[in-house]
Amino acid sequence: MINSVEKLNEYSAACTKCLEDKLAGADDKRHIVLCGGTGCLSNNSAEIRKRFEEVLEEKGVSDRATVNQVGCFGFCSQGPFVKIYPEDTLYRLVKLEDVEEIVESDIIGGQVVERLLYEDPVTGEKVSKQDDINFYKKQRRVALHGCGVINPENIDEAMGMGAFQGLKRALSMTQQQVIDEVLASGLRGRGGAGFPSGRKWQFALNSQSDVKYVVCNGDEGDPGAFMDRSILEGNPLAVIEGMMIAGYAIGAQNGYFYVRAEYPIAVKRLRIAIDQARKMGLLGKNILGTGFSFDCHLRLGAGAFVCGEETALLNSIEGKRGMPRPRPPFPAVKGLWGQPTIINNVETLACVPTILREGADYFSSVGTEKSKGTKVFALGGKVNNVGLVEVPMGTTLRELIFDIGGGIPNGKKFKAIQTGGPSGGCLTEEFLDEPIDFDNLVAKGSMMGSGGAIVMDEDNCMVDVAKFYMSFICDESCGKCSPCRIGTKRMLEILTRITEGKGTMQDLDDLEELSRTVKANSLCALGQTAANPVNSTLAHFRDEYIAHIVDKKCPAHVCKNLMEYHIDPDKCIGCGMCHRGCPVDCIQKTDYIAPGHKMTSLAIDSTKCIKCGSCITVCRFGAIEKR
Amino acid sequence: MGGLNAAAVAKIEEICGRYKDENTPLMMILSDIQNEYGYIPLEVQEIVSKQTGISVAEIYGVVTFYSFFSLTPKGKFVIGCCLGTACYVKGAQQVIDKFSEELGIKPGETTDDGMFTLDALRCIGACGIAPAVSINGKVYPKMTASQVREVIAQQYLIAEKEGITA
Repeated sequence: MINSVEKLNEYSAACTKCLEDKLAGADDKRHIVLCGGTGCLSNNSAEIRKRFEEVLEEKGVSDRATVNQVGCFGFCSQGPFVKIYPEDTLYRLVKLEDVEEIVESDIIGGQVVERLLYEDPVTGEKVSKQDDINFYKKQRRVALHGCGVINPENIDEAMGMGAFQGLKRALSMTQQQVIDEVLASGLRGRGGAGFPSGRKWQFALNSQSDVKYVVCNGDEGDPGAFMDRSILEGNPLAVIEGMMIAGYAIGAQNGYFYVRAEYPIAVKRLRIAIDQARKMGLLGKNILGTGFSFDCHLRLGAGAFVCGEETALLNSIEGKRGMPRPRPPFPAVKGLWGQPTIINNVETLACVPTILREGADYFSSVGTEKSKGTKVFALGGKVNNVGLVEVPMGTTLRELIFDIGGGIPNGKKFKAIQTGGPSGGCLTEEFLDEPIDFDNLVAKGSMMGSGGAIVMDEDNCMVDVAKFYMSFICDESCGKCSPCRIGTKRMLEILTRITEGKGTMQDLDDLEELSRTVKANSLCALGQTAANPVNSTLAHFRDEYIAHIVDKKCPAHVCKNLMEYHIDPDKCIGCGMCHRGCPVDCIQKTDYIAPGHKMTSLAIDSTKCIKCGSCITVCRFGAIEKR
Repeated sequence: MGGLNAAAVAKIEEICGRYKDENTPLMMILSDIQNEYGYIPLEVQEIVSKQTGISVAEIYGVVTFYSFFSLTPKGKFVIGCCLGTACYVKGAQQVIDKFSEELGIKPGETTDDGMFTLDALRCIGACGIAPAVSINGKVYPKMTASQVREVIAQQYLIAEKEGITA
């Protein structure tokens, strides 16, 4: 039991030494760590870990190396990762059959396996250390502190990285001092709206009640955002500690995690971390002998996007349909079970221990004037380096997409980046040099959101993207207020009509009017922001809408009704692969033989074609094109 | 509730009992039942109602609100096509359309033989390997429409190997 500050200091010092020795190799051992994030686990990372243990055993060197699983490395498109300490060698895209070679060559022979190192796509150079890879160079880890370094299922490793040091300092301060520290750090909510966290805490502290709650919003619903999941999977204790500090600051005794049921690994690790902290006396009554008591509880979502809205989330915890409540009263006054409650996002809480441990200045020294610290982005879509990226606020979109993200694959042209998910907007090339911060993104017609950043290239149809987001919102609208319930449905119908080539110019005016109505009259942020993707695509890509309506053409060749597949007879060698894969048998031989070819080329009967795209995926000669 | 055997009733009562010290535990109870049986039919909701004192109407309201809860049983193989944004911009719609066509069911439906359920998922966080398809928890990375038939065939092989019948 760690029931005093002295005991915590003693225990932490031992854990820190143990972890440092391990990373520096002072224990004369090699340490193999594998990424245990969702992306790598679905690429066999758990089996690879087992294989390492087997091979070390087989070769009789299991006393010379340890095998451990850590949280997400962030560079998901290059996973699974294997890292070897103390040399800090990073292997990527590791397969089961590579394990034996790594053990023989590196662990036993001390020779780096060159072919498994990351190769810089520009210079072609092999890079052996994580920090030398461009993807990581501009990153700075605050919220992701410990992720990819520690074993999230082992509290000792988290303690080795400073866990509970922030809490320790907070408990030596008054509640008001803690809130002042958070205010001074400039921390703003990472869930999307960017409300100053310290002010939210102040409201809750000022609310008079014996019972108060802290709720952690882990209902990360933005499709394409997975930073909260990675934090919970990589260092759950940091979020627990952040919640405890918040609890102390406002005078709460209990905290609730609300996590998506779609995140089983995060849930499991959070559960383990809570149990371990309880067993050590770090959660419960009279923590560190200071008289502060706090416990954490876990509640799961059940697949409703709207529960990311704070009042809907509270209803869900209360066992009701996840529908938002009118505000005021705000949760800080009347929240969970009618008591004062603060609701903070996972990433926000993960920043709190660092602020208390290192001081407000440490956090606020990074960032822009009004957006301090760092922000984690889930970079995805048409970008080479897909993954999780934490950058200082103020980093430009160009740095994010091209320096860190490595640009657009296959030499395609950048078209837009969607930030803020279904509530945000798209930003085009002209905004690439804009610094990323809360206010600037809003000023440019998008928003920070929770940090999803989806890159789109010339092959993406922006009308189709707007339709995609609208169908998502329409699906997820809870139905409580009619502007959102009916307005999103009508907008989806119009967008569907346009993508089918049945739109009229009047539709564009109707879309704009509907979006104004839905924005002004919806009860919660889901409805109020529902039209943002439509508005921003209309603002930047009006010509694409017009092409669909007037020319009946989809310039990106995405909308099925407005495009055709065509076989270039001079490129087609007549192999018949497309014919065999065609589900409606609409590809037939012609009597034309191209110069240099032996067989007659094929042609698509566009009256029969259902535009499934099977042919284009199987053609190895690039003979099939979209028109 | 003629359709439920005594063991099932006892199990559901046991699940309700797990959370009797928790404030408003309905969601936790329903999640456990969903995980245990794969669906939450009306007979089961009636037992939960008796155990918790919450009206069946309210429970039904909650069950139908959340997409994770189902009133009907799911197939032996639940094919979840991720339609998160990262997967969508890389062609996930074609993949789910192809599954739909091959299995003859729409997303959310189960085949008549009870073998397959097709679900559209919202971001499973496997954005690095988009488009991703998850079948009974196993993730198939970088799916294309042309791989769909083969993946379905693989499920039949798994069914044969593990003795799963429709």
